Amino acid sequence: MPRISAANRIWRSAGDWMATGLSLLASVIVLVPLFAIFGYLVYKGAGSLDWAFFTQIPKPVGEPGGGMANAIVGTMYIMFMASVIGVPLGIGAGVYLAEYGRNRLGNVIRFTADVLNGVPSIVMGMAVYGLIVVRQKHFSAMAGAVALGIMMVPIITRSTEEILLMVPQSIREAALGLGIPKWRTTLSVALRTASSGVITGIMLAFARVAGETAPLLFTAFGNAFWNFDPAQPTAALSIQIFAYAISPFEDWHRKAWAGALVLVALIVISVSAVRIATSRGKMKGTT
Amino acid sequence: MKPLISMSTTMGAKRPESKPVIGPKSRVLLTGKSNGILADKIFKVLLILCALSVLAMVVLIVLELWNQSVLSRTAFGWRFFIGTDWDPVQGLFGARPFIYGTLVSSFLGLFIAVPLGIGVAMYMTEMCPRALRGFISFMVELLAAIPSVVYGLWGIFVLAPLMRTYIQPFLAKYFGWTGLFEGPIYGVGMLAAGVILAIMIVPFISSITREVMLAVPQTQREAVLALGATRWEMVRLGVLRNARAGVFGGIILALGRALGETMAVTMLIGNRPEIAKSLFAPGYTMASVIANEFTEATEDLYLHALVEIGLALFLVTIIVNVFAQLLIWSITRGHKAGAHA
Repeated sequence: MPRISAANRIWRSAGDWMATGLSLLASVIVLVPLFAIFGYLVYKGAGSLDWAFFTQIPKPVGEPGGGMANAIVGTMYIMFMASVIGVPLGIGAGVYLAEYGRNRLGNVIRFTADVLNGVPSIVMGMAVYGLIVVRQKHFSAMAGAVALGIMMVPIITRSTEEILLMVPQSIREAALGLGIPKWRTTLSVALRTASSGVITGIMLAFARVAGETAPLLFTAFGNAFWNFDPAQPTAALSIQIFAYAISPFEDWHRKAWAGALVLVALIVISVSAVRIATSRGKMKGTT
Repeated sequence: MKPLISMSTTMGAKRPESKPVIGPKSRVLLTGKSNGILADKIFKVLLILCALSVLAMVVLIVLELWNQSVLSRTAFGWRFFIGTDWDPVQGLFGARPFIYGTLVSSFLGLFIAVPLGIGVAMYMTEMCPRALRGFISFMVELLAAIPSVVYGLWGIFVLAPLMRTYIQPFLAKYFGWTGLFEGPIYGVGMLAAGVILAIMIVPFISSITREVMLAVPQTQREAVLALGATRWEMVRLGVLRNARAGVFGGIILALGRALGETMAVTMLIGNRPEIAKSLFAPGYTMASVIANEFTEATEDLYLHALVEIGLALFLVTIIVNVFAQLLIWSITRGHKAGAHA
């Protein structure tokens, strides 16, 4: 048996040691900005939060005080409408792919869902601007919701399909064997078994879309006042943060931080609330 | 599995009353002449409509971009992508500075993020103590949940001053001779945009790399270890070599992400349509010129030129994404089929 020389062994274990060290270093380098971003967000954001931030609308330039109440409500409002558009379409398409999609149409849809998922969000905003805003002749909350809703669809579609395919075929067969029609089997047996995974997918889509700014720039546009009319321009937290961040005013910078903290908190809270409410199921999410 | 239990109770409720003979209700169900067939058909049609809506969205987007860019396409043709002038007042539009800015900032981001992302994935899957594993992957996933505008905000107020006072003077002093790090120091600019992009795409690269590395069969690792390899040699020969196409796919996917990234880059790149060799200089990207100028474009030609940039961005991103999907698919599918070398 050939023996390994001492030099060879030292050389190789040094390489091993170095690779471990470098990958540990990479992990540290990646985690540092994460902590920096979160730390700064909480530190700067919490320091600038006050009651007025949640209750008042923005004051004109130069006047201190005011808040982002209209933007907070606007974000919730737009996200609600976006979910009403995106969730049913996404689930429907996902169920189709999983239950009927083993054919050419299925493959085409699967491919287009991936294409849609890769569309840059700014391009989505531009397309919806042309399709809705130009025709309506003014910016509107509805147009913003359509842009975000479309962005939610492919994420929900693919995750729903993936999770439905994990439901064992035997359960469907058992239901069909009892004489239950296919639609009922799909809805009350397959989809229900997979429900917590489907909801995970929806929350992923929600989290990804809720903080989007680029598609809202030319659709919801932003608004300094209250608005509850879907056909009118509406404020949203993300647009407000952007506008305040690039402004030259110290007071607005602080408000931007506060807005960013509220936006991230809003996303994290809504996602974890739904997670907890649905965590009774044991079927695991995809990612 | 709890859902199974709840499912069986629903079915119990659906079952006909426990009579020895089949009840009329269930006979209707079983003979198939009931509305069951009709309902099935309606259900299927509804699902197909949902699925087709996905197709319709993509078609509508492409048509819209195509129609809305016709003026610019006929006026400039292919020269649009080579021209360097961007002068809305004179009606001259060339997209080269933006294409250059998009490519340079994205590849700069990749250049920083790829080694880090692969390192993190390697540490997570192969090397770190089990207790840390969940924590690191949770933290890295969290990075992906932060909205892009918040990255931009952090970039303006934390990263840019940091670049201005420490990193850029350091680079200028020791690497200024390369010509890449010279000129006035603003903080914002191509380099800052690249760094923020790197921070944003690291989670993508590392989570996909991790997934692909986990898909490599355990037997591969054991075989290499049994030959007397060290752990690093095991990772290099047994894991990375098998996973390389998938890792590459993850990188390409991250590239697609970086190309279309708008807000954080717009806030950090400086927004000046110039092509400069130094990475300290401000630049402009395709996505940020749209974000900044779209609502201000009053002339039709101006608007169409911006839409044409969007169309180009769309097509490039799609090609990049499809390529990436194919690569990742080739690895994970091969693993599932068990016929992968």
